Amino acid sequence: MSILKRKASSDRKRSKSIWEQSFRRLFKNRSAVFSACILGFMFLFSFVGPLISPYSSNGIDVTVMKHPPDFTHWLGTDIYGRDVLTRLMLAGRISLTVGLASMVLSLLLGSLLGAVSGYYGGIVDSIIMRIADILMSIPSLPLLIIIAAMLSEFKVPTDYRLYIVMLMLSLVGWPGLARLIRGQILSLREQMYMKAADVLGLGTWRKIFHHLLPNTYPLLIVVATLSTASGILSESTLSFLGLGVVEPTSSWGNMITIANNLIDFQKHPWLWIPPGAAIFITVVAINVLGDAVRDVLDPKMKGR
Amino acid sequence: MIPILFGISLLIFFLFALMPGDYFSSNRRLSPQRLEELRALYGMNKPLIVRYFIWLKNVFHGDFGFSLQHMQPVTTLINQYIWNSFIVALATLFFTWTIALVIGIYSATKQYSIFDRLVTLGVFASLSVPSFFIGLLLIKLFGVDLHILPIGGMIDTGSTTTGLAYVLEVLRHMILPITVLTFLSVGSLTRYFRTGMLEVLRMDFIRTARAKGLKERTVIFRHALRNAILPAITLLAFELPGLFSGAIITEQIFSWPGIGRIQLDALSARDYPVLMTLTMLLAFLTILGNFLADVLYAAADPRIRLTKKEGG
Amino acid sequence: MEEPIITVRNLQTFFHLEGRVSKAVDNVSFSVPKGKVICIVGESGCGKSVTALSLLRLVDFPGRIAGGEILFHNRDILKMNTKEIHNLRGDKISMIFQEPMTSLNPVFTIGRQISETLLEHTLCDRKEAWEEGVELIKKVGLPRAEKIMDSYPHELSGGMLQRVMIAIALSCQPELLIADEPTTALDVTIQAQVLDLLRQLRDQSDMSILFITHDLGVVAEIADYVIVMYAGRIIEEAPVTELFRHPRHPYTRGLLKSRPVIGQRRDRLYSIKGQVPDLSELPQGCYFADRCESCMEPCRKEYPESVSDAGGHKTACLLYKEGVANGSTTAEDY
Repeated sequence: MSILKRKASSDRKRSKSIWEQSFRRLFKNRSAVFSACILGFMFLFSFVGPLISPYSSNGIDVTVMKHPPDFTHWLGTDIYGRDVLTRLMLAGRISLTVGLASMVLSLLLGSLLGAVSGYYGGIVDSIIMRIADILMSIPSLPLLIIIAAMLSEFKVPTDYRLYIVMLMLSLVGWPGLARLIRGQILSLREQMYMKAADVLGLGTWRKIFHHLLPNTYPLLIVVATLSTASGILSESTLSFLGLGVVEPTSSWGNMITIANNLIDFQKHPWLWIPPGAAIFITVVAINVLGDAVRDVLDPKMKGR
Repeated sequence: MIPILFGISLLIFFLFALMPGDYFSSNRRLSPQRLEELRALYGMNKPLIVRYFIWLKNVFHGDFGFSLQHMQPVTTLINQYIWNSFIVALATLFFTWTIALVIGIYSATKQYSIFDRLVTLGVFASLSVPSFFIGLLLIKLFGVDLHILPIGGMIDTGSTTTGLAYVLEVLRHMILPITVLTFLSVGSLTRYFRTGMLEVLRMDFIRTARAKGLKERTVIFRHALRNAILPAITLLAFELPGLFSGAIITEQIFSWPGIGRIQLDALSARDYPVLMTLTMLLAFLTILGNFLADVLYAAADPRIRLTKKEGG
Repeated sequence: MEEPIITVRNLQTFFHLEGRVSKAVDNVSFSVPKGKVICIVGESGCGKSVTALSLLRLVDFPGRIAGGEILFHNRDILKMNTKEIHNLRGDKISMIFQEPMTSLNPVFTIGRQISETLLEHTLCDRKEAWEEGVELIKKVGLPRAEKIMDSYPHELSGGMLQRVMIAIALSCQPELLIADEPTTALDVTIQAQVLDLLRQLRDQSDMSILFITHDLGVVAEIADYVIVMYAGRIIEEAPVTELFRHPRHPYTRGLLKSRPVIGQRRDRLYSIKGQVPDLSELPQGCYFADRCESCMEPCRKEYPESVSDAGGHKTACLLYKEGVANGSTTAEDY
């Protein structure tokens, strides 16, 4: 037993150094560092920015309605005279949170269902995978729109809409992930060390959580970044259509709904271009970072 | 394939049935009594499971229901709009593939060059821009500020042109939607071709071709290209649903009278037969696309698969 | 010795990876005389394949030829323009590779890939090229040549494909054939057949062969002259019988010792301890010092120069540098 223990601890040491190595390689990648900086800035902008902004989120000021950008209001004011820059920061909180939360949820859901499916096989596997098939057969946007429309029929209080959006995004997001994880688990299961775990008489859950899932971490990290990006994009699209986050809570997506008004669209571009740009910059940064992470974690995939 | 379609139809049907309200309930002028009569008339008061089987039976007879919003059979309605979506999608497909192929291959052969870096940047831009935002930006730029392209619709309002003038008018209205859709989809495909080409260029037989003294042009366009494109053929099959499903967001932004807009309209009007049919159509096409991809893959690839396995 | 066909002087091919420079080939010089078979031997990663690829400037990014010259009939290949190098490849100098399975394009027929070279370098039309292709297939000893011309690579076995590769390489009657481990991926019986074929072809024409291998058995079969490489440098070179009889460099001796000899059972096969050093972090002294059984103090200070004896046996080892040690401990250990 002591030999086994020693072996395990040396494994841990080695795996730690693999992570360290990956981090170092990531640091050498200029575009990765740059996009990480941009993301850091976006987080500070959204979460700390409102605290130092002289304007409050609902600071309605009828004297400066639809005021173009100047030195007092860097991005101008909206139809109620609220400072657009401050609103942009607050909306950023929502958009980033929704993106991250939906990523975490679909990651949890996907890896749990995928792991269970891959580990148990049989009927459990069939059921889970058929559900995944069905969800994947409908393109995600129409599916999201339908679910969102249905949920709005239920007159969910606007404050809760936010959480509903997160749930929806993860509901649509998990099947692909579950499939990936399941495939990984199936191939890992065949490998020797799980046989060793069987010999040691480890319990099922212990096997899944301590031995199988950790091997899928590199894959998970990559999928996580990409799913955050797509979460932010989907949220913005839904909110733009009025099916996602709704007023008074504002996200980058629903700030752009103002463009549906022809006058505001044509004459007051500062109302809808900044949130669009914010979405774009954030998502590009996440995608670039995700790509770099994939290169680092899986050199075979380099350049894909 | 068939069981999945059944599964989807069940899922969608019951989801729609779960929704409170139907087409009539949004009309406040109707008295409760009249409401009941109308519901009875259209079979909406029957138990859910019975309604499902009635629907299923009708579908097998080619009857997909009746759109109360448009007052015509769903199939007629869809047939009316689907081709508008189809032309845009077809043109988009053509441009996307052409551009992606040219740029992807060129940038793969010039890996690490400035051009290649710009392409990589463009790919990320294409993958990361929200569709509605790029649409709005282009309308603002070309429609509002520069005034050179129409801001939406399929024809000018009140236009009565016919013949060639009509075609040109429609074409003018198509430019922006096609540009947006092409930009959105060209990124991932370019990346696909670039990676595929890079992978092929690293293969042994490319070195052999060079060692034979073939010109670089021959090596790339004859030896590498064929190998890089073969697997991509299967991707074409996945484009199938996209050809008919319409682009919800883009059609909405550009007021293009296509399937995507019908879908959104039906959603807000609770016109469930339309939604149901469209969702089923989409699912069917997606599944068919996957199936075709499998077939094409088997048809195009046995040689490659075999050599990979043995060489590898 | 006759006028050499190709002379390599101080060839340096470096790989630039993540800011580090890997000296895959460093300061390599040798020449290939007309009608002879020169073998380059060494472990994997010693730079022998990169040397071969450098001769035709086929080293892929991030590899780069950093210096030296490669004279082909007194013209420097490294200074040729694109057109000249294309005319040289496949025509005057041709090459065959280790993996016949992946070295042919899977989507084209054998016939097309053979006639392609002919169409590129000679003034023949498609039909003539095709007929010539059939002749070449017959020449490399494959039956049913017409049928093979119409097959795709995956329909043939590894041995057949390597013969096809040889046929392609021979199509323009090259002066030099570079064979980069052509038998490594093949079964032993097929190996022998391919070697026979190469020897036979060499005898029929004046073609020289630069043969890259890690297999000393193959060297003994085919070579006239042997070059031993280690960590990107040539450490010993001599005519084949001389090298096998009197190996000098401790590395060469280790290689010869680690070879199983038929009829001689030993308890365990000899193996050289340690590993090939990292080519981007080479030590100051002799690269083999860490693994060497006869390592001395000065070995760690400077890289030994190559010393030649009267018979043309060159060794880069301090054991054979006059004044450091006497060089008499040669063949007896073997």
